[in-house]
Amino acid sequence: MDKISKKTADSNQESKTPMRSESSYKRFRIYTFILITSVAITPLIIMTLVHNHQYQKAVQTELIYPLTRLISNTKFAIESAIDERKAALTLLVHEKSFEAMSNEESLRRTFKNLKNTFGGFIDLGVIDSEGNQFFYVGPYDLKGKNYQDQEWFYEVSLRESHVSEVFMGHRNFPHFVIAVKHDRPDDGFYVLRATIDQQLLTDRIQPLDLGNSSDLFIINRNGVLQTSSRAHGGILKPFSLSVPPYSQQAEVKSNYPEAGSSQLVGYAYIDRSPFILVTVQDQRELLKNWMSLRNDPLWFLIGSIVLIIVVVFISSSYMVRRIRLSDESRAKLFHNIEYTNKMASIGRLAASVAHEINNPLAIINEKSGLLKDMVNFTEDFTQREKVLKLVDSVLGSVDRCSKVTHRLLGFAKRMEVQTELIDVGLLLKEVLGFLGKEVEHRNISVHFDLSSEDMTIESDRGQLQQVFLNIINNGFAAVPDGGWLRLAVSEVGMNKIAVTICDNGNGISKEDQKRIFEPFFSTKGQFGTGLGLSITKNIVETLGGTIEVDSELGEGTCFIISLPKKKV
Amino acid sequence: MENFRLLLIDDEEELVSTLVERLDMRGIEAEYAMSGIAALKLLEQKKFDVVLLDYKLPGMSGLLVMEEINKRYPQIKVLLITGAGGPEEEITRFIELRSGEVLLKPIDIEVLIETVKKSLKEK
Repeated sequence: MDKISKKTADSNQESKTPMRSESSYKRFRIYTFILITSVAITPLIIMTLVHNHQYQKAVQTELIYPLTRLISNTKFAIESAIDERKAALTLLVHEKSFEAMSNEESLRRTFKNLKNTFGGFIDLGVIDSEGNQFFYVGPYDLKGKNYQDQEWFYEVSLRESHVSEVFMGHRNFPHFVIAVKHDRPDDGFYVLRATIDQQLLTDRIQPLDLGNSSDLFIINRNGVLQTSSRAHGGILKPFSLSVPPYSQQAEVKSNYPEAGSSQLVGYAYIDRSPFILVTVQDQRELLKNWMSLRNDPLWFLIGSIVLIIVVVFISSSYMVRRIRLSDESRAKLFHNIEYTNKMASIGRLAASVAHEINNPLAIINEKSGLLKDMVNFTEDFTQREKVLKLVDSVLGSVDRCSKVTHRLLGFAKRMEVQTELIDVGLLLKEVLGFLGKEVEHRNISVHFDLSSEDMTIESDRGQLQQVFLNIINNGFAAVPDGGWLRLAVSEVGMNKIAVTICDNGNGISKEDQKRIFEPFFSTKGQFGTGLGLSITKNIVETLGGTIEVDSELGEGTCFIISLPKKKV
Repeated sequence: MENFRLLLIDDEEELVSTLVERLDMRGIEAEYAMSGIAALKLLEQKKFDVVLLDYKLPGMSGLLVMEEINKRYPQIKVLLITGAGGPEEEITRFIELRSGEVLLKPIDIEVLIETVKKSLKEK
């Protein structure tokens, strides 16, 4: 049985507080914020990532493909420049007889024609199968020089033609050699050897200016520079990266070994020569314009995220605040109803108790009255004085009891809402009458200041009584034994009166003053419901009035209740 | 008018019988009835000047009894006595109907006599 009643009490307790706690609102706000933000931001981020990925792919294609084509084209240009000259020499050895070649005048003319037609030729020599240069036309005196021990001579005797690397030689400037072999009918052979200015190679590369950060040059298969390079130095200086592996086509690598991560390395082997065309490009430079294109959506994303966060934050805070306010007003209403119901129940109980007691009291009254009459109407009644005194004492007690019952009945009656003319001063005195005992016991002095002549207003007696009872009760609770309470009624303008109830209690701090009319705010800790002043304020406002508090910590508190004289 | 006849209607016999006795001691002729029906019967038989009516009666309600008396014997003054106020609107209606007095229990006999005399004078 105990268990059941405890359970009921607990569930009542729960139903009394439909308010969520402070932290649950905070949590609710955070969850709402996270949920809405993530729903709004996730697709944006995914879109940006997809865009970025596609962009990367497009850029790769846009960068690598043209570069490959450029290298490929340049490779063909260099190959054809060399091949042209080689073909001219081959044509010469086939067209002209050895005798014609052996004629110095004829050779000089041929050299001049070659130089004028093709360009790049520096000198021309004819070497016999023994390696002796028996004819030479050019700026140096090289006639009679023997080349038999040189590697190129050995190679040309085997392979019909030869293209050398760039070297300085005794001419002392960079050049390379094209040599062509021609077999003679008498089993011997001779070699036509032409020296070509290295400038021929440089000229094929230089016009292709790819920008400040790019580098286009030629190396040989041992990694020695054949043309000057921006980053790797002048001719015949070593190339700082490794020699690329052989490939028939032009290649472009974004992850070339030893190269920087932002560097693109492209290369192509020049066929039938020791040359490798190499280009090193800085991707960042190439992508400069593209970068801004990539960053635009990024800025858009960041901007959108910031905007979304701000908007979601503000709207979720607003939403939760609204929910909270509506919860609070619901809870307040709920408590008001409960409080009113409680007061009505007390009223009904009081009425029935008063009624039940009143009848026996009436009988006691009449019987005592009869007894008194009997004494009074009997002339020779012995101990008349004593009996009359006893009867009066009984009647006095009956009177006291009846006052209590009538007060209770009056209280019950006033639970019903109705407007009537009320003398506020009288009503205040009546309320004090309820608390008379406490005033006496605790030696509290109560001062009345009724300066207003007409203190009659049109209002609801029961409600007003409750307001005054609450405030005066609070005052009594605040003052120490022997303290004082001051009640004043005054007119404010033509249509209002003000009831001021002051005490010399503990006072209320400024922070608390802002909150004392809020529901569930209590300074009495577990002893207060936090509803008294909230309900009081509610009633005063329902009656068309206002309530204010003025308090100083340690000095005391004043409540000022303004009420309209006429019903609103 | 010093001599008048009074009819008390209340279901608390102890109360009314004592009141009648006390009024008798003061030379006022009084009788009592414990229900509305009994009161109306008594009124048919005897003449009364004033009726003191408890608003809460068994069977026929005080208000009905009052209306009946008002109809049949408009010259009779009806006063209401009540122990517990009762529903506001009924008492208000009584006052509207009779512009009479309401006496609250317990009743002081001297006040009762004064009130009756006053109401008779108003007639």
